[in-house]
Amino acid sequence: MQVTSPAFKQNARGALADVQLQKALGNVRAGFIDKRRKAMDALPEFDRLRDEAKAIKDHALASLDLYLEAYETKVKASGGHVHWAATAEDARGIILDICRAVGARTVTKGKSMITEEIELNDFLEGNGIRPVETDLGEYIIQLRGEHPSHIIAPAVHLNKEQVEEDFRRVHDHLPVARDLSEPESLLAEARRVLRAQYFEADVGITGANFLVAETGTSMIVTNEGNGDLTQVLPRVHVVVASIEKIVPTLNDAAQILRVLARSATGQDMSVYTTLSTGPRQEGDPDGPEEYHVVLLDNGRSSMLGTEFQDMLRCIRCGACMNHCPVYHTVGGHAYGWVYPGPMGAVLTPSLIGVDKSGHLPNASTFCGRCEAVCPMRIPLPRMMRHWREREFERGLNPATQRWGLGFWAFFARRPSLYRLGASIGIPLLSLFGRRKGSFGTLPLAGGWTKHRDLPSPQGRTFLQQWRDRDTLRQEART
Amino acid sequence: MSAREAILSRIRQSLDATGDDGARRAAVGRRLSEAPRGVIPARGQLDAKARTALFCEQAEKIQATVQRVKSPDAVPKAVAGYLRSKNLPATIRMGADERLASMPWSALKSLEVRSGPSDGDDEAGLSHATAGVAETGTLVLTSGTANPTTINFLPEHHIVVIDAADIAGDLESALAAVRVDRNGATMPRTVNLISGPSRSGDIEQKLLLGAHGPRALHIIVVGG
Repeated sequence: MQVTSPAFKQNARGALADVQLQKALGNVRAGFIDKRRKAMDALPEFDRLRDEAKAIKDHALASLDLYLEAYETKVKASGGHVHWAATAEDARGIILDICRAVGARTVTKGKSMITEEIELNDFLEGNGIRPVETDLGEYIIQLRGEHPSHIIAPAVHLNKEQVEEDFRRVHDHLPVARDLSEPESLLAEARRVLRAQYFEADVGITGANFLVAETGTSMIVTNEGNGDLTQVLPRVHVVVASIEKIVPTLNDAAQILRVLARSATGQDMSVYTTLSTGPRQEGDPDGPEEYHVVLLDNGRSSMLGTEFQDMLRCIRCGACMNHCPVYHTVGGHAYGWVYPGPMGAVLTPSLIGVDKSGHLPNASTFCGRCEAVCPMRIPLPRMMRHWREREFERGLNPATQRWGLGFWAFFARRPSLYRLGASIGIPLLSLFGRRKGSFGTLPLAGGWTKHRDLPSPQGRTFLQQWRDRDTLRQEART
Repeated sequence: MSAREAILSRIRQSLDATGDDGARRAAVGRRLSEAPRGVIPARGQLDAKARTALFCEQAEKIQATVQRVKSPDAVPKAVAGYLRSKNLPATIRMGADERLASMPWSALKSLEVRSGPSDGDDEAGLSHATAGVAETGTLVLTSGTANPTTINFLPEHHIVVIDAADIAGDLESALAAVRVDRNGATMPRTVNLISGPSRSGDIEQKLLLGAHGPRALHIIVVGG
């Protein structure tokens, strides 16, 4: 997919003016937050489980090489194959080879952000293999030639009327007079159409929420059951997973599962949590004959040992974007690459470079909600700050911004000068702005005041008020 | 250098570690063999009777239907009754599970029992669960001739029999039941943890049942 992260500002402007999108984004604000809160409140151990989940991932990452080796040994022992892919290109090549070896023409796919990251669909199509997305949301956006706008609700940017239009356009073998006005009828139609595809597919590709070193098991978590039909019916099951999905044991996976669905959709458990170990065993009447795992690095090993290592704890629940005021306002596509929201603002610069995605860590108010709700306690704002620093160090921001920051830093480092400046500037602003209470325009700050008013200061500086507060407190004590 | 070696060595370089680091290896070995259980929610830590009751309550909360019967002999009648109540044909698909096979199916003359995996043409399928999780109302099903995985997903109605004695308080205990030595492997090919019927909220976040898997999940709890 084309990276449009450098055009974040234009993307955001477009998103704000998009009436359909703004209507659809209301569903994010309305739905996810309450559901998560209720599920969390019903489990008194929730916060302790978060600590445990964080500790498990920290431990696994500190010995990631050893756990990957242990995992590989177990997969092989259960009759599966493990393929290592350093880059997206390597992963695509490996998957194509697996498909070609069985003469695959149709491939069904469970929902997988990793296959978005490696742009698998376009590549398979270019090589004469038809990929069919089977998650309802993914199916819809595949029909539209779009990419997911949310990591767990890929079509959250759409309304039912848009889906109806697409179904009528693509399912043109069905009666024109059929009723598709409600989500129920749309779902029923997708179910019927996709049923046939599961049986037709030669290869089924899924992602993985966890790779379990103890048993060589891959795990997926879904609500629809599409990931299961994708892996149980075709001859070959291919799992594409990034290296940081490793957890040591099934018990460790169970701990993290307790915070995953609650944080994502507010369910105690997703409907289907599926553990897959190797191909079908002797005597099994169903299941794939071949089982392949493609382990993708694609830049992650370089995040280890850096200030961005904590990001590798991410379990892709989507809670950070569900609670993000910026995501609520512009939606996922504005971020311009695979991963949107706060987790994307940290991960995208790590994976495609901060030179292309510097706007993303800046598209935050640092309100801190993402960190507060993250089940894995990932310090997202802190890491966005690290990216801002790197961006500044490498001279990637525009000259005016750098000049402005330098100007501010000069005063911030000289408190007496800062106080002097403020004690002159604030009363002046206060004097000019008192009548209206705010400024609609300001010299040198046109970009800021274009979209909002600056409230006028009320006469005294913050430091002056802080001193008064201290004095009052001391008096109260004595 | 192979891709495998390249990735592993880059990880070691980033971690500032070596592959033969004895202390790390020992810690990994310990974790894998001891498999500590972490934080277990108090919710499911109950006596057998209360555990079964919690399992039923949680399963109903996530839109499964639950029926309790006294003995395995009552299961065929319960299955036939369910099919009738949903206006479904008197046909049921099931695997070769011995517990299911020993139930008195032949006493029900009008019920057709189809054996083997589902081919997608069955309206209703029957499985026997390996375990249950009271904490979340979750069923644990394992693949094999006894309970083919296709039965869990292709029929529109999935009926699952569970012995109350197999209901664990927490997920960790239920998982312990599937780590069995079967054909030399430590795990069955597929373990399905099933919590309610299939659903999707992908269109306007409106929750609908019956996305790709069963529209309805009916649980028959035996004993307890």
